[in-house]
Amino acid sequence: MATGTDPRTTAPAPTEAPGGVHHASRAAIPARHLRIDRWWLAPAATAGGLLAFVVYSTWRAFANADYYAAPYVSPFYSPCVAKNCVPMKDGADWGVFGTWWSLSPALLVLIFPLGFRLTCYYYRKAYYRGFWASPPACAVAEPHRKYSGETRFPLILQNVHRYFFYFAVLVAGILTYDAVLGFRDADGAWGHMGLGTLVLLANVALIWAYTLSCHSCRHIVGGRLRNFSKHPVRYRMWGWVSVLNARHMLLAWASLVSVAVADFYVYLVASGAFDDPRFF
Amino acid sequence: MSYDAHFRVWRGDADGGDLVDYTVAVNEGEVVLDVIHRLQATEAADLAVRWNCKAGKCGSCSAEINGRPRLMCMTRMSSLDRDATVTVTPMRAFPVLRDLVTDVSFNYQKAREIPAFVPPQGVKPGEYRMRQEDVNRSQEFRKCIECFLCQDTCHVVRDHEENKPAFAGPRFLMRVAELDMHPLDAAAETGVDRKRSAQEEHGLGYCNITKCCTEVCPEHIKITDNALIPLKERAVDRKYDPLVWLGSKIRRRGA
Repeated sequence: MATGTDPRTTAPAPTEAPGGVHHASRAAIPARHLRIDRWWLAPAATAGGLLAFVVYSTWRAFANADYYAAPYVSPFYSPCVAKNCVPMKDGADWGVFGTWWSLSPALLVLIFPLGFRLTCYYYRKAYYRGFWASPPACAVAEPHRKYSGETRFPLILQNVHRYFFYFAVLVAGILTYDAVLGFRDADGAWGHMGLGTLVLLANVALIWAYTLSCHSCRHIVGGRLRNFSKHPVRYRMWGWVSVLNARHMLLAWASLVSVAVADFYVYLVASGAFDDPRFF
Repeated sequence: MSYDAHFRVWRGDADGGDLVDYTVAVNEGEVVLDVIHRLQATEAADLAVRWNCKAGKCGSCSAEINGRPRLMCMTRMSSLDRDATVTVTPMRAFPVLRDLVTDVSFNYQKAREIPAFVPPQGVKPGEYRMRQEDVNRSQEFRKCIECFLCQDTCHVVRDHEENKPAFAGPRFLMRVAELDMHPLDAAAETGVDRKRSAQEEHGLGYCNITKCCTEVCPEHIKITDNALIPLKERAVDRKYDPLVWLGSKIRRRGA
């Protein structure tokens, strides 16, 4: 902090030559790092997990089939905003895009959760480390010669995260509606519950927990205030979101898995590979 | 129970150096700094090491132990594999002076670039009154002991010497956050926009929130979650959110 004292500045002025840990002024150690623990395990597991989800979700998003088994709809295909969806009884089936869209309707919707997760502060850490090795792990030198972080296009666009958060709240609301519809049977009569209802409920609970634990949400509900004492309600809400926010990484993974599981469950039921067990 | 440990300690200065092997006795309950002191007392009397409190509160004995930035006084020998070699080097983000001592004046330079707390008009020293909930966030950041391990591990400057002029580093961005969250800071009244300057003058955009600063903090300050990300969001308020801008124009209210 600025103390008013002026310590001697003995450091040589930074030179043009890059070099990081091998810069001429630093301790002459040839190794890029001296860590002896399994530092590579976390980024490798992260990259593997994310890659598996990308492969699965790409297949399902382009498949354009087996995404509705009354009363269950896959979270990948809800809401449906094109006209080429299978009829979903009272579902979020709003063909606002009209008939010209001939590709999978999932592609129109998945942009928003994808953007939300792509700009999420946790996922940024995960893929910067796992895919871009920037850095691969703490105190492990990164392989890049230059680094400008999020100061320039395209990464400066990460700053739009809060807008994706607003959309994510809408999507979570629609998925909640879908989960509630799971309490109706295939004919639309209330008073039904199957394993699929539980799967959709668990998924939407995790989606909400992940969405509300978002750092942008934490900022919007109260973090941006300077005096909490003048805003007791927002301060209370900020406290709740902060509790969730501390588990943002866990919720990010849990909801990623749950959304894939929910989709796969609907796929199994819709394709006839599995009969949804009915509780009542 | 004593045992002989195998240590490799970096010896040298700005002109060059190397890792030197030592076998040194370790007693129960000791920390790495104890062993370094034993080396000084026995076979390496001229080994340079900076230390003061030996209690994890002065932030002097920062170094890298088995490649990880840590305080030597807070690293128990019992937490390390007794059969494996313990490698101790100086912090690798700063210019080395000698052996385990680095020149950390980069940090003092960055500290001076952060505008200090601006006292509110009409409130004399001793008359400051703040509610606990309003200062909780800043108080977490005040736990900082300025060991500079976060600055050392941050890849923005550790791996890119050329970024040092543009990037203040996590410790000093946290200082900006602390002041911006301070209930009595009157910097805005004097024309200092801490949110905007965090990004435009102190290089907040270089941070890609990979959380190494949080991982190495010996005070367990949640630097990334509680300081850097909130600061990024505050910069977004200023620069990228037309809704917030519009709201502030329509309804001016001291938040």
